[in-house]
Amino acid sequence: MSAASLDVRRTQPEGGPTRIAVIQRIVPETPDSSTLWSTFRGSDGRGYAFGPGQFNMLYLFGVGEIPISISSSPERPQRLGHTIRFTGRVSNAFRGLEPGDEIGIRGPFGRPWPLYEAEGGDLLVVAGGLGVCPVRPAIEWAMRHRERFRRLILLVGARTPSLLPYQEQLDWWLGTMEQLGVELHLTVDEAEPGWLYGVGVVTTLFPKAQIESARTTAFVCGPEIMMRFAGKGLLNMGMARERIYVSMERNMQCAVQLCGHCQFGPMFVCADGPVFRYDEVADLLEVDEL
Amino acid sequence: MRYLDRSGFAGLLASLSEAGYDLIGPTVRDGAIVLDHVDGAGDLPAGVSEEQGPGTYRLGRRDDERMFAWAHGSDAGKRFLFPPREVLATIHRNGGMRAEPVPEEARPFAFVGLRSCDLHAIAIQDRVFMDLDPAYRRRRERAVFIGVNCEVPGGTCFCVSMQTGPRCSVGFDLALTELDAGFLVEEGTPRGSELLAAVETREATAPEVDEVERVADRARAAMGRVLDTSDLPDLLYRNRTHPRWKDVAERCLACGNCTNACPTCFCHDVVDDVTLTGDEATRTREWATCFSAEYSWAAGEVVRPTHAGRYRQWLTHKFASWIDQYGTSGCVGCGRCITWCPVGIDVTEEIAAIRFRDGEVVVAG
Repeated sequence: MSAASLDVRRTQPEGGPTRIAVIQRIVPETPDSSTLWSTFRGSDGRGYAFGPGQFNMLYLFGVGEIPISISSSPERPQRLGHTIRFTGRVSNAFRGLEPGDEIGIRGPFGRPWPLYEAEGGDLLVVAGGLGVCPVRPAIEWAMRHRERFRRLILLVGARTPSLLPYQEQLDWWLGTMEQLGVELHLTVDEAEPGWLYGVGVVTTLFPKAQIESARTTAFVCGPEIMMRFAGKGLLNMGMARERIYVSMERNMQCAVQLCGHCQFGPMFVCADGPVFRYDEVADLLEVDEL
Repeated sequence: MRYLDRSGFAGLLASLSEAGYDLIGPTVRDGAIVLDHVDGAGDLPAGVSEEQGPGTYRLGRRDDERMFAWAHGSDAGKRFLFPPREVLATIHRNGGMRAEPVPEEARPFAFVGLRSCDLHAIAIQDRVFMDLDPAYRRRRERAVFIGVNCEVPGGTCFCVSMQTGPRCSVGFDLALTELDAGFLVEEGTPRGSELLAAVETREATAPEVDEVERVADRARAAMGRVLDTSDLPDLLYRNRTHPRWKDVAERCLACGNCTNACPTCFCHDVVDDVTLTGDEATRTREWATCFSAEYSWAAGEVVRPTHAGRYRQWLTHKFASWIDQYGTSGCVGCGRCITWCPVGIDVTEEIAAIRFRDGEVVVAG
């Protein structure tokens, strides 16, 4: 464990305190998720910075705390976007928030995407459904520093088009990506009328992307089964296990390696992850109920 | 080594009380020996015997007045150093959700009668909490520990296998060996020596000193259980699909008694409540069990829906991944999980069964 991460765990304990942020805008993304855009209240954002792939514990007064990845640009850490899927008691309470409401923010926690590993070569991002959310800050950072990478390839899939987040900005994204020479491939398992892109699971995009395995670093994020198949697919294309990274998800209640809930084999996802090098977890991903 | 007679022992506890310590010792309640706040030596279980087995715990009478001629009840130091419910902070809505820390306990704990397994368990929880949890650290550093060397282990004990007993070797200020008329006392820390100086003692005789090891030998010979720890953690890592997990799952009720009784299990929930007026919220942490469905709830689903998955998580964490995480096994061989399991599941038997058919896998679901 790095000294920096230990320091974060010491200064941001499970009992708080949290920084306070004010909701500025709420953007519905899919039928069961929205992005909460917020800014810090007063001087609460002082010293706050995060790396792409890290997460915050979001607190709703009296209701509870949930771990949510940060989906906005790491270069604008005072304005945070968190995409929340409404699945449980606490996340559903976030559904009732409106602009002007306050939330608590404790973080950032966890190991970020190692963008430096990809610099000088090709960055391949493979994302499924809301798996786009934790990897979006890495995409934004790579686009802003386009010159540091050779190819930028984004393969994004979802079950249906309506389950793809950030469609509000899709046109802007497509335009910017075209200008920057970013290769974006979209696919869905089941198309809907008006869908102009691919049909099939995200791994079907691998041949189209013409990955040059020796110079590529891959960031993979999505449901566990998708990461399992994507990992194997990338290995089949000749990529080394050490050049592939995945982002894991487990129950987290403290985010500081105390509560025990986020264990995945010997790892604590909150501190050792959420981003793991594929060779650290490939065998574990094969085991049910780990 | 010093010799302390029984009245001197009572005097030692009294002097701890007078010095402002909250005495925590064994006492009989509800048909069991529990660890609780005690007033002095008179509250200790003199003349009480204990019978332990898988799913069995009974008290009996001895024909002498020995105070420590039993192994341990379901409690360990954990219940005090890492309480089952602990308020972490109160949070006020007015003034913007500023957390206020909760005040510390007025009196430090003085633990009397912890066994070597329990002292090792505290050393193990230290590795989890000391660095990251100031409240634990405060309680731990202020506390005094008077250990007792075991002479009569329980039927489910296997501390010899885990190398955590029966003789106290870590974490004590004073360690006692009970004799018929008094105690032999080893001093573990300068603080222990200071406490001991408050009461009348004499130098132990050579035969008395020899008795300490003979007591430990008798305990070793009477160990209720044995566990082969060779090839851990790998044995469990390579047997994640062993049929025994399904077998034990058919017996396991997923009640969580084992994790509650375990002196090292540290998993907890962090729970938020709000007062009826809605102005003040409380963050509390509560012991959790990896045997519950909600323990593994993530991203809208339960990661471990079956008892087999949960039992494997617990056993593999305790005996395998704990070693990777903290550099020590999570098990001290106290056998509480066996005694307090309502269906008598025995970890030593489960691990032996996996070892016996090492490498066997479930072929069809």
